[in-house]
Amino acid sequence: SITGACRAIQKLTCVRVVDNSTLGNTPYHRPPKCIHVYNKTGVGKVGDKILLAIKGEKKKALIVGHKMPGSTMTPRFDSNNVVLIEDSGNPIGTRIKTPIPYTLRRREGEFSKVLAIARNFV
Amino acid sequence: RVSSDGEPPKFQPPPKPVIIDRKTQKEERRFLSPEFIPPRGRTDPLKYYIERKDMIQRRKVFNIPEFYVGHVLAVTTADPYASDKSKRFVGICIQRGGKGLGATFVLRNVIEDQGVEICYELYSPRIQAIEVLKLEKRLDENLMYLRDALPEYSTFDVNMKPVPRMDHEEIPVNKLQVRMKPKPWSKRWERPKYNIKGIKFELPEHKMKAAQKWSQPWLEFDMLREYDTSKIEEKIWKELSEELEK
Repeated sequence: SITGACRAIQKLTCVRVVDNSTLGNTPYHRPPKCIHVYNKTGVGKVGDKILLAIKGEKKKALIVGHKMPGSTMTPRFDSNNVVLIEDSGNPIGTRIKTPIPYTLRRREGEFSKVLAIARNFV
Repeated sequence: RVSSDGEPPKFQPPPKPVIIDRKTQKEERRFLSPEFIPPRGRTDPLKYYIERKDMIQRRKVFNIPEFYVGHVLAVTTADPYASDKSKRFVGICIQRGGKGLGATFVLRNVIEDQGVEICYELYSPRIQAIEVLKLEKRLDENLMYLRDALPEYSTFDVNMKPVPRMDHEEIPVNKLQVRMKPKPWSKRWERPKYNIKGIKFELPEHKMKAAQKWSQPWLEFDMLREYDTSKIEEKIWKELSEELEK
């Protein structure tokens, strides 16, 4: 990702789309950026939903990992990872190669479909 | 056996048994984990004494092996959300921090082109096993610069087999000079404040000279910053050996 000392995800953070959807993987002259975080505070952590601007379109996404160090025993990734999602919660892509933290399994009800397409867990 | 001459073979005395006194050899090398040494401050030493008792209790139940920064470890932790309730992570130890029961170490690995770091607490009851896969010290005590180094230096196979250890005495020092990604880095590692010897700086000469402007050569002679831990270590070592023998 392009942002340097970025921490957790907020408005205007550049983000890396991690699934194999066409929207996420086709190159564009601007990186995908967060426009809004669906949270009381404007800061998004793992498991929060955000609005992305990709290729001139608005799309919802789920945060799967960020550069900010969380509590001990939770993984810290080297890039802000995101999975594209519909309004209903269905992921757009079909596979997620990059590792995903186990803490997402706590909310099995909302993210069951995203967890189903994930391959590696950390 | 019958030799070609027909005469009985020459008597060869059996080889003399070589007695290796392992007990004395083990006593010579002692490793005191850095989290036992109390930090410099005005807190009551009773607090550290109580913490040390708890740490020793935990060590009796669960074996925490000796390891330094630069070792490759595999840690199995208990997790309610994982399949089989436990998860295993392999990585190189970048940093050891904290004192007392809150001592932590950070393991780093690159999985599927994504760098992952996990900070584990040494004395957490969630940890089920710590295995040392590869024993080697590096030139620095803090390997945070691996984040800005090429990913090949942080990749370790998850199914790596433990490298067998030859001597019970020395831990080999890996004098690897790591190559970095192009600048900008997360910290300016060329500055003398970090005192890093394990990077192969490919920066031009004038930049290296400009970085030396921030050097503070008076710091090593500053007497107020001295913290002599040899006597404290002796006391703690005596305490430890007494408690562990019980």
